[in-house]
Amino acid sequence: MTSNFVIIPLLIPFVVGVVLIFFKDNIKLQRIISVLSLITTTAFAAYLVQLVQSKGVLTHELGNWKPPFGIVLVADMFASLLVLTASIVTLCCVLFAFHTIGERRERFYFYSFVQFLLVGVFGAFLTGDIFNLFVFFEVMLMSSYALIVIGGTKAQLRESLKYILVNVISSALFVIAVAYLYAVTGTLNMADLSQRIAEANQPGILTTIGMLLFIVFALKAALFPMYFWLPGSYSAPPPVIIGLFGALLTKVGVYSIFRTFTLLFYHHPEFTHQIIGYVALLTIVVGAVGAIAYSDVNKILIYNIIIAVGVIVYGVTLTTKAGFEGAIYYLIHDMIIKAALFLLAGIIIRITGTTKLKKMGGLIKDYPLLGWMFFIAIISLAGIPPLSGFIGKFLLVQGGLESESYTFVAVLLVSSLLVLYSAIKIFMSCFWGEPTLSAGQEKVSLKGILYPSAILLAVSVFLGLGAEAVIPYVSTAAQTLMDPSIYIQSVLKE
Amino acid sequence: MKKNDLILQTTTKVVTFIIIIFAIHLFFAGHYTPGGGFVGGLTTSAALVLLLLAFDIKTVSKVIPFDYKKVAASGLLLAIVTGLGSFIFKVPFLTHTYSYFNLPLLGKTSLATVVLFDLGVYLVVVGVTMTIIQTIGESE
Repeated sequence: MTSNFVIIPLLIPFVVGVVLIFFKDNIKLQRIISVLSLITTTAFAAYLVQLVQSKGVLTHELGNWKPPFGIVLVADMFASLLVLTASIVTLCCVLFAFHTIGERRERFYFYSFVQFLLVGVFGAFLTGDIFNLFVFFEVMLMSSYALIVIGGTKAQLRESLKYILVNVISSALFVIAVAYLYAVTGTLNMADLSQRIAEANQPGILTTIGMLLFIVFALKAALFPMYFWLPGSYSAPPPVIIGLFGALLTKVGVYSIFRTFTLLFYHHPEFTHQIIGYVALLTIVVGAVGAIAYSDVNKILIYNIIIAVGVIVYGVTLTTKAGFEGAIYYLIHDMIIKAALFLLAGIIIRITGTTKLKKMGGLIKDYPLLGWMFFIAIISLAGIPPLSGFIGKFLLVQGGLESESYTFVAVLLVSSLLVLYSAIKIFMSCFWGEPTLSAGQEKVSLKGILYPSAILLAVSVFLGLGAEAVIPYVSTAAQTLMDPSIYIQSVLKE
Repeated sequence: MKKNDLILQTTTKVVTFIIIIFAIHLFFAGHYTPGGGFVGGLTTSAALVLLLLAFDIKTVSKVIPFDYKKVAASGLLLAIVTGLGSFIFKVPFLTHTYSYFNLPLLGKTSLATVVLFDLGVYLVVVGVTMTIIQTIGESE
């Protein structure tokens, strides 16, 4: 099925990002345009999900060149769901930015960079060509470089240097891996690659290239030995930007790992998937250690990103349908809830003026709504039944038991406990106890900055309570991941 | 200290035009021979940088009063619009077309919509290069 709708969610932020450059100084107009465009993007993404559900995998052949010769955009259910989630998250983050980011940053193309970041993220989700994946990674990373340094505080300058260095190296590795892959197979189109790798039955050289790609994506997704850059980089920029990064950037790496190891390199799971499994388990352990060790709001949440990335990536090694469904569900849930948590943490830091837990206390008296919203967010993060985190983890546990990965199930359950402990630690020391703020410091106005997180929480609650409505979509996505021939046939049309 | 840059400035005035004409040649040669929007844009920026070396930033921005950030943005917009134009004819994004025309001076020439896309690339390259150089030059 060829359809023009596939490219629409990609084009809207691109055009808008460019147009916003012309209105550098008219901040009001910038805000209106970016919100309107994000609402339209969300609507189109929702329509795309619906279209994919009813008509199967959709493709868009750029320049009317038939694959494998041209570039093709492929919207399968996995990609479409992530596009929808990413646009909801970005919409809420932009709404939050209105009252928090400050005029100085807004004047320096903040909204344009957000739109370009979205172009990169959407492109990485939708592309069906491995070199295009690289290009969209770069579009995303360039915008993230700008966003991490925008404002130019000392910490931002220091951390952006490390962040750029790590990403430049991983991008170079990506190009090298693609060059190897092209030298061996002679194609860059993912569907065609998948076929050729299957025909050759993935000899040693292709497994090596697969693992090289895994290292690249692991660097982007912050998996165990390659996670070292993340805690520092993500604590430097303002809360909105951390929210965007935490929800979108690492998840693109996770998505690429899923795409690569379900579509291309799935022939020798006893080697590749076993290594991925160990790396993912160690990631969960490292994340959990970090999350309970720190007493700093941002650091705790950042290590929670690492835990979640580990949990989701392990899903690629669970070869059962429940495992894939769980991983996809958990991925969507995690994007939403991480954005909500970082936005709420941003509000807390704004009120207390510190990130240290020891200096906070008793906020529930003055800010009950904020307190209970934060509480809902953390129990959803930990996976308490009526909320969205539960269903993802439940399916992952089910998948783990079916494929007899008992270590994973044990680690997942213990890590949930530690996640809950680390998040409750924030809640208890921040909202309960004696107020530590002086009289003059109290009552920061929350006008306009609470409702973006409320929207995200509502989506999260819907994902939990309305699971019946969501599961069919996730199930379709898992089906496509399980059976690469669906993807190949819809791209190459044989 | 005021230096006498007479030789540099006089040569620049002549050489700049030659460089710009060469850049335009490279730009239009792109479809059949080596060249295209990227080198064309870089060569044009090289001419502008030569002007910046021979004169100073204020003089050059008075002679060529463009906001280069907007030049880059217009280039991007042009590139997207040529892609979007394909939607009118119900074909996928970035589908390009060409046709032969009998132009008054040049005779039978093929005109392709890809040139418009390349013009976008050209403007982006000029805009970005000049923005970088001007920003670094102006910062203290």
